[in-house]
Amino acid sequence: MGVPLSWYLTLSAVLFSIGVTGVLFRSNLIVILMSVELMLNAVNLTLIAFSQYMGDVSGQILVFFVMAVAAAEAAIGLAIVIAIFRNKLTVDINNINLFRH
Amino acid sequence: MDLDLLTVLIVLLPLVGAVLTGLVPLFLRSFRAHKGLLGAVGTLVVAIPFGLAAWIFVQGGSQTHVTSLYTWMAAGDFSVSITYRIDQLSIIMTLVVTGVGALIHLYAVGYMYSDRCFWKFFAYLNLFIFMMLNLVLADNLLVLFLGWEGVGLCSYLLIGFWYEKHKNSVAASKAFIVNRVGDFAFLLAMFILVKELGSLDFGAIFSGMESLSAGSVTAVVLLLFIGATGKSAQIPLFVWLPDAMAGPTPVSALIHAATMVTSGLYLLARLSPLVLMAPGVMMLIAIVGAATALVAATIALTQQDIKRVLAYSTVSQLGYMFMAAGVGAFFVAVFHVVTHAFFKACLFLGSGSVIHGMHHVELELRREGYEGDFDAQDMRYMGGLKKYMPITRWTYLLSTFAIAGIPFTAGFFSKDEILFKAFEFGFDGHTYAWIVWAVGIATALLTAFYMTRSYMLTFEGSSRWPKPSNLHPHESPWSMTLPLILLGALSLVGGFIGLPKVAEEFGLHNWIHGFLVGYEGRAGPVAEPEMHAHVSLWLESALIALGALIAVIGVVWAWRFFARHELGGDELIRGRFGALYQWCRTSYYWDRLYDRSIVRPVIGGAEKVFAPFDQRIVDGLVNAIARIMQAFSWLFGRLQTGIVQNYALAIVLGVVLILALMAF
Repeated sequence: MGVPLSWYLTLSAVLFSIGVTGVLFRSNLIVILMSVELMLNAVNLTLIAFSQYMGDVSGQILVFFVMAVAAAEAAIGLAIVIAIFRNKLTVDINNINLFRH
Repeated sequence: MDLDLLTVLIVLLPLVGAVLTGLVPLFLRSFRAHKGLLGAVGTLVVAIPFGLAAWIFVQGGSQTHVTSLYTWMAAGDFSVSITYRIDQLSIIMTLVVTGVGALIHLYAVGYMYSDRCFWKFFAYLNLFIFMMLNLVLADNLLVLFLGWEGVGLCSYLLIGFWYEKHKNSVAASKAFIVNRVGDFAFLLAMFILVKELGSLDFGAIFSGMESLSAGSVTAVVLLLFIGATGKSAQIPLFVWLPDAMAGPTPVSALIHAATMVTSGLYLLARLSPLVLMAPGVMMLIAIVGAATALVAATIALTQQDIKRVLAYSTVSQLGYMFMAAGVGAFFVAVFHVVTHAFFKACLFLGSGSVIHGMHHVELELRREGYEGDFDAQDMRYMGGLKKYMPITRWTYLLSTFAIAGIPFTAGFFSKDEILFKAFEFGFDGHTYAWIVWAVGIATALLTAFYMTRSYMLTFEGSSRWPKPSNLHPHESPWSMTLPLILLGALSLVGGFIGLPKVAEEFGLHNWIHGFLVGYEGRAGPVAEPEMHAHVSLWLESALIALGALIAVIGVVWAWRFFARHELGGDELIRGRFGALYQWCRTSYYWDRLYDRSIVRPVIGGAEKVFAPFDQRIVDGLVNAIARIMQAFSWLFGRLQTGIVQNYALAIVLGVVLILALMAF
């Protein structure tokens, strides 16, 4: 007997929540990006757990796509962070509010 | 040729001309300088329709022919088509409009040659002819109204042609606004007809008018008459016409003497069978006409601007025409329209020629450094012009004789026929016609007097402009004198189309009566009342002799009086009549009356009542809406913190909310 599905799902929910909390409440842009990665990987974990449980491989294929998108997202996100840092000499998101009304 | 095609050509050619002389130079500026070409095109597109109309007239103008082009508007049972009607009445009006119109166009080539906006002038004139042809050729009241409004618009544009002077644009606005009062009544008349008959076609009106109640007939005719008083400058709406002289002189001749101002009369003649059914209104028409004729003649006697004399004279002559309409003699009214078009156009063009010459004198004077008063239109600065402008002088004298009614000129026949018809109508038991007749006789004397005065002050006596010995005006170019000669000739012989009944003794008959009213069982478009009593031949001869005598007395009297006193004559008359003279001089204070009773109360009321309304209610409403918008935008603007995490939080909360909704 392996690990039951509910454990995987619980772990993934916890990871996702940590990610959301990081995105919402941390002020460092790098950390926010990392939190986004954490959320994506939490979803990946769910997908794989279900794939294994259902005996269907398509969930694992979707994970590859998510990883590709996450790589792209990390590249663009980090580029933006660098661009912002060059302009404002900070990566604190509370100082970046140009769209303020 | 096909009559439909001819009709369309007659109506549309002037419009084509308006486009060619108006829109083309508007966009292609280089064309504006080709004045000869523009003038030729502008004149030809009026002269060709005249030729076509003359061809129809010769071929058989006795047939009524209706050309239907297309359905203009259709709503349920009601529909109006663009239809034109060629019959005796419309063909005679078309001949006058295009014939006199073409001559005046030719004249304008010379008169306006040095004007900066020569092209625009011809575009407006052609547009006017197009609208006027719509008016006289229409087969239903709405197309007629289209032309009616169109000529009003062109009149406005041309009165204000020299808009750089504020006075001129004020005069243009005045003409337009006063006309609106009459147009409103015209519209109401059409509403009643649509409600009662369901159609505005002349045929439908004539066939359905028997079924109308007496009340609605009276209302319709009265309202149409009020409409006519606006366009044809009758009391109480005549005040715009004298001010309309602010326009260039060819405009005064064409629009404010020969054609447009007669359209009110044309309307009554066109609907004459209907008008005859409202005897009460006819009485009103005759009395208003007589009053206008007399009032305007007394004012004309006191004016010093040569064009204003002619303007009041036009109002007075229009009064004569309404007198004729009021005693049921519609064909005589149309006859007077025709002869009046000849001699009044000639008089106006003659005055234009004089002004042209005096303007030249003014320019020379100013160049020599003269800085005193001078007005090229004021008769006080004229005098003795017969030496320098012989053609203008002779044609002016001829048409003065015609308007005065010297025997065998055009005005003699038409005016005497009007007076005779008034007398005959009185003889037939309509007492009011006697009064009209008496006023007509008095006005005839005045007319002869004031017209001779204007001739004497302008052409005879000593020259009164500064430095008359070394400066003098010259005769105008041929393009101006040729129309003068033709119109002068017409005002000499034009009256023979309407011979009095006495002529039947010599085997001649009244052609225009037979043409318009019909004879030997053929009915024409113009109706006339049935006469029960007939005036005997000797009485008619006596009346004609009386008319002729009055005219001769008036002319000779004024001639001798002003030959002796020249300008001093006016002082003598003023001394004799005192306050009365002053009263006439200021047009019976009519303008002041309107100013005090209507214009100022309206403006004052607007300032007192509507300005606060405008500021508080209208502006307040707009501002309130703006403020509500501002409040909302402030509220939602608060959400835009610019901090990405707040937006992300909103997204998360939204997702949670949706999930919660799906779960429960």
